[in-house]
Amino acid sequence: MNADGSSPFVRPYAVTGGRTESYARLAIEALVSTTGRGREVMHTLVPEYEAVCRLCADLKSVAEIAAMLGVPLGVAEVIVGDLAEYGLVVVEPTDGDAGPDIQLLERVLSGLQNL
Amino acid sequence: MDSRTSEVRVASAKIVVAGGFGVGKTTFVGAVSEIDPLTTEAVMTAASHGVDDLTAVPDKVATTVAMDFGRISLGPDLILYLFGTPGQNRFWFMWDDLCRGAIGAVVLVDTRRLADCFSAIDYFDDARLPYVIGVNAFHGQQPHVIDDVREALAVPAHVPVIPCDARDRDSVKAVLIQLVRHSMAKLAVA
Repeated sequence: MNADGSSPFVRPYAVTGGRTESYARLAIEALVSTTGRGREVMHTLVPEYEAVCRLCADLKSVAEIAAMLGVPLGVAEVIVGDLAEYGLVVVEPTDGDAGPDIQLLERVLSGLQNL
Repeated sequence: MDSRTSEVRVASAKIVVAGGFGVGKTTFVGAVSEIDPLTTEAVMTAASHGVDDLTAVPDKVATTVAMDFGRISLGPDLILYLFGTPGQNRFWFMWDDLCRGAIGAVVLVDTRRLADCFSAIDYFDDARLPYVIGVNAFHGQQPHVIDDVREALAVPAHVPVIPCDARDRDSVKAVLIQLVRHSMAKLAVA
């Protein structure tokens, strides 16, 4: 609760029109980057959407976006989903139910060994 | 459409870190993360998810589940995320989201409170997600402890049980490497 008795979550949910489910579920580790068009128009967007475009000038995961904006994961998913729909951000595909393939595991393994 | 900022296609992967409350999950994540572990929250309501345990919660009351996570860049085109799980059993619905597409899980255990990790092990067995057991704060004085832990947890023989120190970067790295190897081995037989 905020000092004035309101819930800190009211504003983000108001921004997303009450939606907490995006048109497509995004993985929490899905990487998001702002497109050229996103950079052009971000100053015209509502603050939360602009903030996501600014953050994702450098690649960020959905989880990082939520944490850095201080909004619940579901809210970050909706904002990213909306921005992606208008071509303002790009979301990298993730592995989904099947899990990572052997090539990705090999890259992770050698990356950890060289850390 | 494809006018993205970076030229390289960057992939992401994730590993789940599970275990009872206070076992050292956030310490484990922080030991290898290039950022201070971040906290993100998922909000759920009793109405939107059919979780029996929450039937006692009045309508419209939101429950917030927090999880800590860290990030490791493994070269210019690969980012590994480590997600600490929310500990309580009633948040299984979040574990499904967490575990979908994961490389696998590290179950951190404290030898004084072994029972705290039973539910996590059950979950990963059911979900068929590869996992390793990390025995935290075990300093190797009594080698039989590792065998005792394996026996007490009744994990299959192929599941690695690894002594570790969640504060130590190299120790955490070694656990993660064993997990990735274990996942590769499981993928090979599948």
